[in-house]
Amino acid sequence: MTIVLNVDSVSRSFGDRAVLRDVSFAVTGGRLTGFVGANGAGKTTTMRIILGVLAADAGEVTLDGRPLTREIRQRFGYLPEERGLYPKMTVHDQVVYLGRLHGLSTADADRRTTELLDRLGLGDRADEKLEKLSLGNQQRAQVAAALVHEPEVLVLDEPFSGLDPLAVEVMVDVLRDRTAAGVPVLFSSHQLELVERLCDDLVIIAHGSIRAAGDRAALRARHAVPRWQLQVDTDAGWLRDHPGVTLRDLDGPRAVFDLAAGFDDQKVLHAALERGPVRSFGPVVPSLTEIFREVVQ
Amino acid sequence: MSTYAAAKVVAAREIRVKLRDKTFLFSTLFFLVFAIGVTVLPVLFAGGPTSVAVADRATATVLRQQDDLDVRVVADDAAAEKLVRDGDVEAAVLAGPEVIAMDDRPGEVVSALSSAPPVRLLDPGAVDPFLASIVPLALAFVFFFTSFLFGLQIAQSVTEEKQTRIVEILVASVPPRALLAGKVAALGLLAFVQVALIAIVTLIGARLAGLDRGVLHLLEPTIGWFVAFFLTGFVMLAALWAGVGALASRPEDLNGVSQPVQMAVMLPFFAVIFLGENEFAMRILSYVPFSAPIAMPTRIFNGDAAGWEPFLAIAIMAVTAVGLLAVGARVYEGSLLRTNGKTSWATAWRSRTTS
Repeated sequence: MTIVLNVDSVSRSFGDRAVLRDVSFAVTGGRLTGFVGANGAGKTTTMRIILGVLAADAGEVTLDGRPLTREIRQRFGYLPEERGLYPKMTVHDQVVYLGRLHGLSTADADRRTTELLDRLGLGDRADEKLEKLSLGNQQRAQVAAALVHEPEVLVLDEPFSGLDPLAVEVMVDVLRDRTAAGVPVLFSSHQLELVERLCDDLVIIAHGSIRAAGDRAALRARHAVPRWQLQVDTDAGWLRDHPGVTLRDLDGPRAVFDLAAGFDDQKVLHAALERGPVRSFGPVVPSLTEIFREVVQ
Repeated sequence: MSTYAAAKVVAAREIRVKLRDKTFLFSTLFFLVFAIGVTVLPVLFAGGPTSVAVADRATATVLRQQDDLDVRVVADDAAAEKLVRDGDVEAAVLAGPEVIAMDDRPGEVVSALSSAPPVRLLDPGAVDPFLASIVPLALAFVFFFTSFLFGLQIAQSVTEEKQTRIVEILVASVPPRALLAGKVAALGLLAFVQVALIAIVTLIGARLAGLDRGVLHLLEPTIGWFVAFFLTGFVMLAALWAGVGALASRPEDLNGVSQPVQMAVMLPFFAVIFLGENEFAMRILSYVPFSAPIAMPTRIFNGDAAGWEPFLAIAIMAVTAVGLLAVGARVYEGSLLRTNGKTSWATAWRSRTTS
């Protein structure tokens, strides 16, 4: 059975400033859900409410329909936006400690820590104090801390910020691995290209309310406009006069155009072929950045 | 995992960290040396030849054969007794023979005389004036420094978790109350072990140094009560220390924010030091929860406290402790996740951030 984490009509204010307004979305097990929004849109507040670090003024968060309790939340893995571990403790010791706090026995915590640090490429630094590690390696230690107890739900606030490209790939592997295990994974990010590449589902938040949520492909289809791109060898300026075509972008032999309803894109292709070789032709799928810009406005 | 189990895991970490901490090891060592010093020094001071006054010349000749006696020949027994009473000599041999001294049996004098004469103590109950002044001072000193040092460490450990932001991960996995309880239990245990160690070393040192049995009779209940009062007093303030630790977001803020708690430790210390001679003031101080850990054991040592008094005082402390633990816990929970600068007492009191 698929596990579903459900955020249901959650609102929260700080003083008289409403930070979240009636926020609802679902994070489905086995799917990677990306959480995007501008700075201050309410991503971190939402995540802190999911983890119970912050209380919601209204609404609730449920896992498989059951309201979250501390016992349930103890099996969550959390990577907070503001990273932090004990600087003077060794990497191994603090990951074991956090595993213990999540209810693992000492032996299990120890075994899991060793495995995880090896996998994250920190095996040979395990007995060093955290403060001796580079920032990138401290990040990896932080990831280990979030994963040590094999969480049933994973919530990661900006997991990719500050990671070098190699560490990004390690992180991606880890997320995919947890997702494949059927875990609902929610992560926020500013890096929309990365979110676009990784996510199965998307949640877009702006000014404290959810603007779009659901399957990434479906979202795209919903926000897709009838837009095509054409690449020919000579100037494509003739498109301007083709029936039904509105030129969006023209750069010599390359053109992006919208087609009015009822007009056939294949006719445009034929017209192009009559004028010379066509190097590429196809519909333009809106990028996440474009969808994002559109829905948050 | 239950709050209790989580608190145990937290406490175990705190203890492990502290046992590797040089400040802790150094302070323990320092206090042990201090304890040995306090008990052994008076005996060392008392060392050297025992001065003895005697009127009878024949006896004087006998006594002079002993290297460890400083014999002064006086006109008559009355003059000898006056020298003893004035504290100019430690003992005197009167006609009979009879040996007199103020409060301490002069063993060397007795053994120098072949007849093993009776000993008469002029003021058998009196406490050595040096001990009488050093014991309250030592109690005040040990309480003040240990309580302050370990209390501050609770606060620092809380501030560290806030500053490094690990607190958010901790609070996401265990209730804040478990963190608080674990810290208070760990530092309380370490402080208790340190004070108990000092107490044991002092008592053993006192025995080995051959302290007078009468003094030991006073010292033992004093130290026993002191350990009990210390523990209650420490727990009483521990949650407040954690609370002020949570009010500060950075170690630099801690000194300012913890001022009220520092005062709660410091003022009683100075009050007992300066009012130690004033029996009425000491009686009051021995019931005020903050000064009781120093004042009540001092009164017990001086023989001023009735048997039931320490029980009443410690009961008052225990009740205060329950109240202050609740206040400290609320301030701690209300400010733990406020990481933007200092939190005021009022804000911390009002807000309960976590669910």
